[in-house]
Amino acid sequence: MAETAQEKRKPSMVDDKIYTWPHLVRMEFLLTIFVMVVLIIWAVVIDAPLEEPANPTRTPNPSKAPWYFLGLQEMLVYFDPWHAGVVLPTLIIVGLMMIPFIDINPKGNGYYTFKDRKYEILTFILGFHVLWVSMIIIGTFFRGPGWNLFWPWQRWDPHKVVALTNVDLPYLFGFRDYLWSSVFGGLVVVGYFVVSTLAFYLWIRRVKGKEFLERWGMVRFAITAFLFITMLALPAKMFLRLAFNVKYILVTPWFNI
Amino acid sequence: MKIPDLKKKMMESEVWKSIFRHGYEDTPRNRALMIMGNVFLHLHPVRIPRHALRLSFTWGMGGITFTMFLVTVATGIFLMLYYRPTAEYAYQDMKYLMHDVPFGPLIRNMHRWAAHGMVICVWLHMFRVFLTGSYKPPREFNWIIGVLLLVLTLLLSFTGYLLPWDQLSIWAVTVGSNMARASPFLGHEGPFAEFVGANPIYDARAFLFGGGEIGPHTLLRFYILHCIFIPLVASLLMAIHFWRIRRDSFSGPSL
Repeated sequence: MAETAQEKRKPSMVDDKIYTWPHLVRMEFLLTIFVMVVLIIWAVVIDAPLEEPANPTRTPNPSKAPWYFLGLQEMLVYFDPWHAGVVLPTLIIVGLMMIPFIDINPKGNGYYTFKDRKYEILTFILGFHVLWVSMIIIGTFFRGPGWNLFWPWQRWDPHKVVALTNVDLPYLFGFRDYLWSSVFGGLVVVGYFVVSTLAFYLWIRRVKGKEFLERWGMVRFAITAFLFITMLALPAKMFLRLAFNVKYILVTPWFNI
Repeated sequence: MKIPDLKKKMMESEVWKSIFRHGYEDTPRNRALMIMGNVFLHLHPVRIPRHALRLSFTWGMGGITFTMFLVTVATGIFLMLYYRPTAEYAYQDMKYLMHDVPFGPLIRNMHRWAAHGMVICVWLHMFRVFLTGSYKPPREFNWIIGVLLLVLTLLLSFTGYLLPWDQLSIWAVTVGSNMARASPFLGHEGPFAEFVGANPIYDARAFLFGGGEIGPHTLLRFYILHCIFIPLVASLLMAIHFWRIRRDSFSGPSL
């Protein structure tokens, strides 16, 4: 982005407002024409898909959600549906709405700047580009029958054999008893949040200073820490799955994480 | 009578004056009247900061998203003329649209691609607003409206996905709706479902589908959501969204 070039521009004291009519209205008009031209050409050249009639008795393999939900479907690989499909999307929406209230940095209001908002922008890019968009790309182009990974140029082999060697984390640590597995798993999940919150606190204090933490306040800190750590749980679980074949961390009769 | 005379007579007639309150004189007063006297344009401020006009600042994404929305509304009305939301006819009507209706394929393609474009542009718009910090005080609430509009955009696209009633539609919607089935408490496959008595025909997904599985009732439900309910709510929120930009002014470095 052009942050560095833009931030040099010092606001002038003169009133540099211009009339909406004709300046903005003209711009909107031209942009509308441009969009219409592109869209019409696109619509003439590429047909919208229309497959065979709906048949509830024939499930295609793979069944993919609309592309904009494939990030969520991709998360199903790592989390159970109640978590990947309900809890995390809710937290994404609520978390997005929280942004204006937890970001108290007065700088960068109405102009591009990277230097003054390094951590805010990097967090957004981590959540949006690195996690959301790349998962959509994986789900759209790299997932085939059985939701197995395929290269886009590879033939989709419906009989591809993938060893199901995933085990739960407590099992990996030698727990064979159901109750103690749950207790251990619960401790790991709680421990993850406690340790991460502590690390987050120390990290913020180092990069932003004690004075910032006081201004930020307990509530803002807690909400930000919870949302940020929950977001990081996704790559953490992905790493555990890909590196150690971990299926669940916490197993209970009602839900698994 | 000559044309200029006719024009003058027409523009000075009582009927003309009752419709158009002012002419095109290039005066500051008239420029302001152009915006304030127009129900659509008055959602804009009369004057905006010079930098807010630059495409390098706005990327034009909000405006493009709105344009796409208008395209889907216009093409959507056309499509409604040829489409019946019942399981017997829906797919046949799609075939008819794609093969026999004059300009049918063009209109349907535009509707489809504009809907996809809208999703992409609304995400890019959000990214831009984040980068320029335009959600910071006093514009926090407009960001919330924006997040709601983003969700509604996805829901609009999702409900429309079912309507062609082909294999792509029902299975994509099945997969996309399975999350409702997994909701804690409210979905019959979610955690704690047994405590509230959720079952396959009485849970969050059944409420969405109008039954235990996708069927004719789902088609009608999604059709009504897609064509009436969500567009109405989204239009309302868009009006607030644009109005708020005017009330809180465009974001920019404080002078």
